[in-house]
Amino acid sequence: MKLYVFLHRLIYLNTNQNSCKPQIIEKVITKKNWKLKNFGLRSPVGFVYNQPSALVSRTDVASVTSWLAPIIWEGTFDATLIDFIYKQQNLTIATTVFALGKYTRFLKDFLESAEQHYFVGFRVHYYLFTDHPEEVPEVKMGENHRLIVRKVPSMNRWQDISMGRMEILEKLIKNELASEADYIFCLDVDAKFYGRWGVESLGRLVGVIHPWYFDAPRDKFTYERRPESQAYIPVEEGDYYFTGAAFGGSLEDVHHLTKTCREQMNIDIANSIEALWHEESHLNKYFLHNKPSKLLSPEYLWRDINAWAAQIKVVRFSHVAKNNAEVRPNA
Amino acid sequence: MMVRQNFLIAVLFGMILSGLIYLNNIQCSCNQQITEQGFNCSQQITEQGIIKPKWKQKIFGLRSTPGLLYNQPSVLVGRTDVASVSPWSAPIIWEGNFDSTLIDSIYKQQNLTIATTVFALGKYTRFVKDFLESAEQHYFVGFRVHYYLFTDQPESVPEVKMGENRSLTVQNVPSLNRWQDISMSRMEKLENLIENELVNEADYIFCLDIDTKFYGRWGAETLGRLVGVIHPWFFDAPRSQFTYERRPESKAYIPAEEGDYYYAGAAFGGSLEDVHHLTKTCREQLNIDAANSIEAVWQEESHLNKYFLLNKPSKLLSPEYMWRDINEKAAQIKIVRFTNVPKNYAEVRPNP
Repeated sequence: MKLYVFLHRLIYLNTNQNSCKPQIIEKVITKKNWKLKNFGLRSPVGFVYNQPSALVSRTDVASVTSWLAPIIWEGTFDATLIDFIYKQQNLTIATTVFALGKYTRFLKDFLESAEQHYFVGFRVHYYLFTDHPEEVPEVKMGENHRLIVRKVPSMNRWQDISMGRMEILEKLIKNELASEADYIFCLDVDAKFYGRWGVESLGRLVGVIHPWYFDAPRDKFTYERRPESQAYIPVEEGDYYFTGAAFGGSLEDVHHLTKTCREQMNIDIANSIEALWHEESHLNKYFLHNKPSKLLSPEYLWRDINAWAAQIKVVRFSHVAKNNAEVRPNA
Repeated sequence: MMVRQNFLIAVLFGMILSGLIYLNNIQCSCNQQITEQGFNCSQQITEQGIIKPKWKQKIFGLRSTPGLLYNQPSVLVGRTDVASVSPWSAPIIWEGNFDSTLIDSIYKQQNLTIATTVFALGKYTRFVKDFLESAEQHYFVGFRVHYYLFTDQPESVPEVKMGENRSLTVQNVPSLNRWQDISMSRMEKLENLIENELVNEADYIFCLDIDTKFYGRWGAETLGRLVGVIHPWFFDAPRSQFTYERRPESKAYIPAEEGDYYYAGAAFGGSLEDVHHLTKTCREQLNIDAANSIEAVWQEESHLNKYFLLNKPSKLLSPEYMWRDINEKAAQIKIVRFTNVPKNYAEVRPNP
């Protein structure tokens, strides 16, 4: 009898241990189980490198935005130190490219150059979307680098191919990447790496400054200027002109970006309007109201390997020359 | 017969008990596990819902209000006399490299609470009035601020008119005989405060010295996960001259060829989670030193510097945010925001 009483009391005590019950906090409901945890910037003991300076830096460029997001230029970061810090975090970087129709011809150079320069020494999963999987070249991948090929339907208009990426990315992140990767970059395929693209580019929401507009006044940016479009930005607004050819960040933030852009583009379609620079216009609208936490300078998407500008000390990633009429499915 | 019956009952009881203990342990995943990365409830209850730690701060994006007008930021033009990022890409905050209107607009949307701690023991209560009055003029104006004032003489705390959304909580602490002990023991008190009280209350915390005063804006540009302030006396010194603890016997030891910046112990801050980890680590290291009968050359400031070497701050504040004296000048200091006030050490300290 005493035993039963004791047992009863035990059960009672157990159910009353409310401190262990899961708490669904007011502001956080149904969060995805994103892989990326909030790491600090741990630096190992005994690691030696040049002393940083509080006073000396590049004087020909700005290295922070007015909302204090760093702008990454050669000379503003210590690659060895940054690699050390991030290597401790066991990261996976997802990287998406789309190669439809004749664009498969760019794959070999893209992938081979990436293997030389892009997140070398880190775990990278490339997701390649193509309508011609048989044309994907064999490229030797470094250890910890992996290529996953996904078949997608062909499309007749290059603008549709470009814009369709947002929805595909949104789905990829939601359905597959959430517990697989910590960061994602979405890159154009008609491009090639010529220099380091590493962990200095990692951040929650990362935009790349367009190589043709980095020293233009905002009223010259090729934003969508018709108020009828969801991508509309008035002439007196705008921070930078960001390129649609490269953007990235944490899975959660890029999911929100791609979802928002996809929704905005659908609204535009329903209103029979197509933004001037397609998803790049919508991306710029997004970045105006959701400030990137880090910006990459035009070193990270340059005009052409043979083009020069005083501030560009290193070309890391650049469009390759192509004959638009020849590679595009439509004019 | 009776014996066997009792035996069976005992076995049954044992099984149920083990079952309960097992179930209990599974459910207790919310117990605060100090993992490597800090507070983190690692288990997941459902697919969609996560057991989140109880930290109030949620990670907001940098949402900007549509229609807000401000000067176009530049890609090429910035201050040329200072560095605005550290080599690990943490911004260094100087006048001229942020737009305060834009920053305020972004952060005001986040409904933030900033906890702010000060310690005024013994004769240091004389600094409280100027500190609080100047803070009310310059420090996070327009934001919700909770000051936590630790003192051994609560009756000496002056009445200071607080703005809307500002509050002061006074915490009584025991007196101490050595100013070094007063200084070092702050780490443990901060650790306890964060753990016991602030977790659901505040998004960010700053821990400031009291023998100081505000003279200019200290605002949302300072917010970040882990924030250190560059010491006003060493911002242009070579690292071998930083007054780090140089004896290998101390946990605060930093060799002459290492070190990024010399940070002030008089001001540091960040998210609750990160500052908790900082204060806990410093407290542990201070205790180990105490057990080995060694006291670091600059007390908890030495330990803070060791911590920041191995856990890089995500944002650095220039010496505008902790200056030498309002009457002192330096070419790079365009504005003095927060500075030590002159004091007679012999007079205010309980010991030399």
